[in-house]
Amino acid sequence: MAHDPKSPAHAHPTGATYLKVAVILTVITIVEVWAYYIPALVASPLFNPSLILMSAAKFAIVVLFYMHLKYDHKLFKALFTGPLIIAGATILALLFLFAKISL
Amino acid sequence: MASHAIAGHDDGHAHTHHTTTGLDHRKIAIWAFIGSECMLFASLISTYLIYKGKSLVGPYPHTEYTDAAGKVFPAILDIPVTSASTFVLLMSSLAMVLALQAVQLKGTPLPANAGWWTRAQRSSQLWLFTTALLGATFLGFQAYEFTAFVREGLTIKTNLFGSTFFTLTGFHGAHVTVGVLWLFSLLWIDRTRGLGPKDELVVDIAALYWHFVDVVWIVIFTLIYLIQ
Repeated sequence: MAHDPKSPAHAHPTGATYLKVAVILTVITIVEVWAYYIPALVASPLFNPSLILMSAAKFAIVVLFYMHLKYDHKLFKALFTGPLIIAGATILALLFLFAKISL
Repeated sequence: MASHAIAGHDDGHAHTHHTTTGLDHRKIAIWAFIGSECMLFASLISTYLIYKGKSLVGPYPHTEYTDAAGKVFPAILDIPVTSASTFVLLMSSLAMVLALQAVQLKGTPLPANAGWWTRAQRSSQLWLFTTALLGATFLGFQAYEFTAFVREGLTIKTNLFGSTFFTLTGFHGAHVTVGVLWLFSLLWIDRTRGLGPKDELVVDIAALYWHFVDVVWIVIFTLIYLIQ
C-alpha cells in the first residue's frame, strides 16, 4: 500500500493557496456573524440551515487543505471520515430521541 | 512534503516507522486519535443540544432573564468577543500550515530575487511562535469570557446551559492548552537543535492536532454562539 510521494495526487498546496484558504474562511465567518445581527435573517427558517452549511464548508476546507486530507492516503481519510460519520449520526439520533428534531 | 514521511520512504535522513500498510504508524495513530476525539466532542455537543432551552433559571445565552427578585440578566453570550477569538484561532491554523511548510523547505536554497514574504515563509520559528501566541490569545479570550460569565451570575452549577456550556467549551479549552504547550515544546526544539525536513512528521502530527482543535471550534461557534 505504499504510495509514490512524487505523484501529482500528493502535491501539497503552496503558501499562496494557504493564504487564499484563510481569506475564504475569514469571509465565511464574517458572513455568519453579519447574518446573526440581521433580525429578518434570524427569523427566516433558512437561517439555521444556512449557518450549518457555512460551518460545514469551513470544517471541510480546513480538513481538506490545512490537514491535507485531500492529498493524503485513503486510510487516513477512512480513519477520519468513519468516526466523523458515526459521530454525526449519533448526534442526529440523540436529537431525534429527545424530540429536538422530528421527521 | 508530508506524504514523504507518511509513506515511510527512506530518504536517507528520516527515521521512519513502517507498518504493514507502508504508512508511518505515528501518522496512523494521530488520525485514529482524531477520529476518537470526534466521538468525544460529538457526545459533548449532543448533551449541549439536548439540554438547549431547558434551563429553568437564567442567565440565558441569547435572551434576557428576570429573576423572582426582579433582577434582570441580559443575554450572556458576547458575540463580538467570540467572533474575534474565532478569527484568532482560524489565523493560528494558517500560521501552523506555514510552520509545517517552513520545516519542509528548510535547507532548500532561496531564489536570488526572494522577497520578504518568501524569506518569512522559510522561518519555522516565526510561524511556530505565531501559532502558539495566537493559541494563547484564544485562551486569554476564553478566560475573559468565563470570568465575565461568573461575574454576571452564570457558573457551571447555575443551570443546564451553564453546565453544558462550561463542560463543552472547557474541554475544548483544555485541548487548546495542550496544543499551545506542544507548540512551545516544538519551538524550544527548533531553537535548540533546529527542526528540518527529517522532523517533518513530528511537526505534521502537531499540526493535525492543532487543526482538529480549530475545526471543533468552528462547529462550537456555530452551534452555541450563532444558532439561537
